[in-house]
Amino acid sequence: MKRRFPIFSTLIVLLAAAYFLIPLFAAFEFSLHMKRGYLSFAAYRSVFHSDEFISTLTFSAVASFAAILLGAILVVPTAYWVRLRLPKLRPVVEFLSLLPLIIPPVVLVFGHLRLFGTGSFLPLTMSEMGTNILLVMGYVILSLPYMFRAVDNGMAAIDIATLTEAAESLGASRWRTIVDIIFPNVRSAIVSGAFLTFSISLGEFVLASLLNRPAFGPYMVQLGQDRAYEPAALAIMSFALTWLLMAAMQAFANRKPGQRLLPRIRSSASTSKAQ
Amino acid sequence: MTAIPDGTTTDLSSPEQRPGRASPRAARGRWDWLGVLPYFAFLTLFLIWPVFYLVSGAFQDQAGHFTFQNILDLSSPSIATSYWLSIRLSFASAAIGTVTGTLLAYALILGGMPKWLRNAVTTFSGVASNFAGVPLAFAFIATFGRLGLVTVVLRDAFGFNLYATGFSLFSFWGLALTYLYFQMPLMLLVITPAMEGLRTEWREAAESLGASPFQFWRMVGAPVLAPSVLGCFLLLFANAFGTLATVIALTGSNFSVVPILLFQQIRGNVLYNPNLGYALALGMIFIMIFSNTLYLVLRSRAERWQK
Amino acid sequence: MSFLTLNSVKKAFGANTVVKDFNLSVAQGEFVSFLGPSGCGKTTVLRMVAGFETPTSGAIGIDGQDVTRLRPNQRNIGMVFQAYALFPNLNVAQNVGFGLRVARMPKAEIDARVDEMLRLIGLRDLGERYPFQLSGGQQQRVALARALAPKPRVLLLDEPLSALDAKIRVSLREEIRSIQKQLGITTIFVTHDQEEALSISDRIVVMHQGIADQVGTPFEIYNRPTTRFVAQFVGTLNLLDARVLDAARGHVQVGETPVALNRSLNGAGEAISLALRPEVIALGQREGHDVTLSGLIRDVNFLGSVIRVRMEVAGHSISLDTFNRPDAPPPAVGTKAEISVAARDLLVLAD
Repeated sequence: MKRRFPIFSTLIVLLAAAYFLIPLFAAFEFSLHMKRGYLSFAAYRSVFHSDEFISTLTFSAVASFAAILLGAILVVPTAYWVRLRLPKLRPVVEFLSLLPLIIPPVVLVFGHLRLFGTGSFLPLTMSEMGTNILLVMGYVILSLPYMFRAVDNGMAAIDIATLTEAAESLGASRWRTIVDIIFPNVRSAIVSGAFLTFSISLGEFVLASLLNRPAFGPYMVQLGQDRAYEPAALAIMSFALTWLLMAAMQAFANRKPGQRLLPRIRSSASTSKAQ
Repeated sequence: MTAIPDGTTTDLSSPEQRPGRASPRAARGRWDWLGVLPYFAFLTLFLIWPVFYLVSGAFQDQAGHFTFQNILDLSSPSIATSYWLSIRLSFASAAIGTVTGTLLAYALILGGMPKWLRNAVTTFSGVASNFAGVPLAFAFIATFGRLGLVTVVLRDAFGFNLYATGFSLFSFWGLALTYLYFQMPLMLLVITPAMEGLRTEWREAAESLGASPFQFWRMVGAPVLAPSVLGCFLLLFANAFGTLATVIALTGSNFSVVPILLFQQIRGNVLYNPNLGYALALGMIFIMIFSNTLYLVLRSRAERWQK
Repeated sequence: MSFLTLNSVKKAFGANTVVKDFNLSVAQGEFVSFLGPSGCGKTTVLRMVAGFETPTSGAIGIDGQDVTRLRPNQRNIGMVFQAYALFPNLNVAQNVGFGLRVARMPKAEIDARVDEMLRLIGLRDLGERYPFQLSGGQQQRVALARALAPKPRVLLLDEPLSALDAKIRVSLREEIRSIQKQLGITTIFVTHDQEEALSISDRIVVMHQGIADQVGTPFEIYNRPTTRFVAQFVGTLNLLDARVLDAARGHVQVGETPVALNRSLNGAGEAISLALRPEVIALGQREGHDVTLSGLIRDVNFLGSVIRVRMEVAGHSISLDTFNRPDAPPPAVGTKAEISVAARDLLVLAD
């Protein structure tokens, strides 16, 4: 059997590469043409000097961080508790975590607006703070499938139940166990989930727009209608940011805390004995 | 909607299911459910209840009486047109994404391409499948818009006027072309495990039994891949069906796929009937559940063969 | 007249030569095993016969036809893989009938042949099952039936038993051998398990670093190994260093003891290695054993019917087996003892 040069495969890969790279190149090239007659980074400068850019990006970043924090507080103890004490409940908990994948964001926010609107038992949309809270809750829901999967995989990688028993048998309290052993060991999994949440919510448009929040997503759409060159610059920056976030997510998702496991158990045991 | 990067299932044979562990805990287990209460409470309040509110609203008239009228009204021309447009667009973009993604996966995994190239494309796909929404639309405007790079180069260098052919980035095929940017990478990522599961021994066994490469693909390769490919197609279909931000950034609100219609309904009650809006949402949920469930069924069928 | 021939076959992957000048001729109906450690090139030779690899140089012929450049699907060869490689989308009957369907045989003939093959492997009732519903042993038997169904000229088995449980491994290898004899099909069997090779082969090719070290019947391979590698790889072996005193008459010295081998050692160097199997050594004197060595008992393992004794003889560790006798307790550790062996059982190893 002769190995021939894979013409067919090469052709497919070249076509795909062209399809993927040309829009990036085109956006970059276009973004440099803001000043007539010569290439410049004027579009990027214009974006960065806009107050609205700064304020909407800050708003979205704060909302994303809030969603990450809340998501972690919600998911980490639940995933831990389910693995430790309620293994029978895990399929249900996992199924629920995947539900947001089949509820489109526009439907979710529709439900939120109706349920928490005027005259409801919890009229969140009536106040600015309430609407902000609702936006964060929405982001927590949207990112839940990814957050839960990241944390649950992280816990699967270390045998959480045995680790807990080991710590408790050495005299550590439940709280010490969580703080000193479980959390450090799943920290990189949480960070990995956090980066995904960030990449989902930072430029999110539907929720922010329908809740009328001054967020980054609606700002970008508005900019796309008003300007020509700045959107291209935004596309390039956003692609770079997505790349960065995904790389960080991968890096943390693949980090194994294996070698640190034993010393940590020992140190926690000695501290708890000292109490 | 973003992609879950790997297609692995959750492992149910985890260590916590060991026997003998439950007994000492049974005594103190009565209050264990309190530990998951916040999770269930949160999901009930911010996911299940809102969705339930819409679903039950879909079966009520404006006075709150039970009715099927809203569901029946979905067949009114304007709404039915939206659904039909959404289904066609999702189908087209999913079909193109499935074919191109499968071909790309074939080329990278079985086609004799070097390993580093495969890793590079996989990494890129992880990024590209998450690069949806507004920035993606901007990049495509700079490429295939009226003043986009490709449009201009085709016109000036080849004398080919893309927009004279009836093509527009802001129409059906333009959207399908744009969706492909996240559909093809998603397909590559979800079909990779199945493609890797095609063992070389199968090909060798078929060859030693006298089969030509074509016969192998017809009798073994294609049938083995079929459930996975079909399942992934449905995932792509659902993915396209829920896409909204990209459409708005490209077309404003002029291209009335179902999510756009719902978006406008929420903004300004364009249907003049809130309950009809609920029915619209119910229809979306129904299509999403249908395609996702079928995807899971087909995937488990395919995994039975991967052992 | 040889049916399958390999002439000076060589295979290199880049700078790495995995098969060097391999020659073999196999008679029709013969069962030949390729035995060797992993990486010795045995599977590569098999894959060249199958057509999955092309020799860098040399020629392969089947039944007088040069097949060296023929594609695998034109060779009419049956192959069984280590991991079964049954097509998961086809049921047992369809798997077995695959080669016949590819050959566009009429449906009635296919059905008859499939039925015949399923009867041959004793799985007649499982035709409707899918591979994932079968045990490993059943899957491998189906794979065998699939390979045999199109009446191939040569059957190639690539470690077909190594994925199976020990018990099934023994019963299936006997079944393979009996089917092979029944059909009279020329067979090559690749394995790293010496017991497997010894028990079912007409001839064994022991391979080492891309070279066929020795070709012979199981009896010859075990009792008359020609290289140190073959002697060590097949069976347990004791080695003794000896100094040549008189090469022509075959006088050597082991430690302080002179030993007459009664055969010419011309061509051997100053120092040689003598090898002996545990079962040819007797504890104490025995009739016909003309060589006697003394040593110290280091270790005694009572294994039931056999007692394995480890001794120190002239600075070497020697294992020997004696049969259990209820009236004689095993020797004590730390005592001195004599061992005897027949001079003709002492193998002189070339390196």
